[in-house]
Amino acid sequence: MEKFSYINATSLKQVTSLLSESGWGEIMLIAGGTDLLGEIKEYVESPKTLINLKTLPGMDGIEADASGLKIGALTTIDDIARHPTIQHHYTVLAQAAVSVATPQIRNVGTLGGNLCQRPRCWYYRDETINCLKKSGDICYAVDGLSKYHAILGGDPVYIVHPSDLAPALIALGASVKIVGPEGEKTMSLEEFFTLPADNPFRENVLEPNEIVVEVTIPQAKPNTKSFYLKAREKGAPDFALASVAGVFEMDGKTCKTASIVLGGVAPAPWRSREAEAALTGKMIDESVSMRAGADAVQDAQPLNDNAYKVTLTQNLISRAAMMAAS
Amino acid sequence: MSDKEKKQGTSISRRNFLKGVGTGTVAATVVPSVLIGSEEAAEAQAGDAISTATIQLNINEKMYEVEVEARTTLLTVLRDGTDTSGDNVDLTGAKLICDRGECGGCTVMVDGKSVYACMMLAIDAQGKKITTVEGLANGDDLHPVQEAFIQHDALMCGFCTPGFIVSSAALLNENKKPTLEEIKTGLSGNTCRCGTYPFIFDAVKTASRKM
Repeated sequence: MEKFSYINATSLKQVTSLLSESGWGEIMLIAGGTDLLGEIKEYVESPKTLINLKTLPGMDGIEADASGLKIGALTTIDDIARHPTIQHHYTVLAQAAVSVATPQIRNVGTLGGNLCQRPRCWYYRDETINCLKKSGDICYAVDGLSKYHAILGGDPVYIVHPSDLAPALIALGASVKIVGPEGEKTMSLEEFFTLPADNPFRENVLEPNEIVVEVTIPQAKPNTKSFYLKAREKGAPDFALASVAGVFEMDGKTCKTASIVLGGVAPAPWRSREAEAALTGKMIDESVSMRAGADAVQDAQPLNDNAYKVTLTQNLISRAAMMAAS
Repeated sequence: MSDKEKKQGTSISRRNFLKGVGTGTVAATVVPSVLIGSEEAAEAQAGDAISTATIQLNINEKMYEVEVEARTTLLTVLRDGTDTSGDNVDLTGAKLICDRGECGGCTVMVDGKSVYACMMLAIDAQGKKITTVEGLANGDDLHPVQEAFIQHDALMCGFCTPGFIVSSAALLNENKKPTLEEIKTGLSGNTCRCGTYPFIFDAVKTASRKM
């Protein structure tokens, strides 16, 4: 690692004011550090200063009330996975949280860090490769090794968004609170993430001087079933080859509403309105669920090595829908 | 300074406080727990940029005072750190293997929870209770997990063993009677290239019965 200096944050105002003094990369934020320290060790990032967010008061914790859930950005992934209300009423989020990495990472990794983590693409993470994501000219996945890359929304950068929590939270209708020098704003988490066509260098709308502080989730509707299905290359912890966060409002075997958000297949968490339309108002059976899966991937454009993700994604959606009906 | 020291930041050649970057003059709501050289202590405020610091760490219920750079990891202090009294910390049970938070060889407990010491900055470990594999035994009395690893011959080359033992102890701290699936999940952050997993899982089951 290159040397850096370290500032213990005292207030959000101080943090946003410090961040305003530099562009991307000179001053960076650290909470759990499990993603950022890896990037610094690989010389993908070489910040001069890190601001330690863990000293900010009141930014960790889960509050559940009649309006829903509030989760502070510094809440650890392990605390989310173990929270009884989340396990019972927001199952998709608990399942997504426990699928993240390993116990050692979940014990220190935070919600904010999970949402803002950088891609795991092996070209991006290689300090010697100046790919399109790092101001170069080429996304090397297009002609190179693309087993773990995007099948949807890729052009011109074919990374996949690595977060497991994001698809689950979007499927639950979550909003994110962002603080900047001019104050705070709240937006839907779905709109927080961006595609490379809009900005190839970043994965979300955050400005260099803005920070994620909280995620809110509306109250779960009655008769809702939710699941996070994650396909990994091995049984042990791994990033998703493809994942499906499904939230289904059911009336018996009939699906009243469905939210389907995909992970591991696109540069942002990918909401499939096609799959949702194929399920809404339908009595779910094998053919309806397979139709929903097929509709979700009808526009998929696999690269050389990742056509398997098309079938995988289709089957995961179908399986989630069948689980909702059973 | 050797190359190794340069890379890992264990040698302190200068104390460099970048003044005026933060809002050190603004009323501080958080007092930094870093102990700073006495002549600088009066000036350093929460919000100042710290390049190097003298920190106190509670490791295996013993206090150590070590000089670190901001980039120094907890693992570097455990293995290569020197107490300001001149003694080496010399807790080499936690292993430096992948150095990327993937293999689990450096697993230690921080406030009773397993973490990767290679991915935690030493300055972040202040004020916390750090337990390494050396701190599990009580004198000559081994921890039940250690006894069970011996009983089940749950190792071949042994390099990953300290990490597995700490992860197993952390798992049993919060789940006294884990199922096989829970054991697998609890140890999923550790890798054994010799493939002794079935013996390790048996050892954790045996230990859970004794605890």
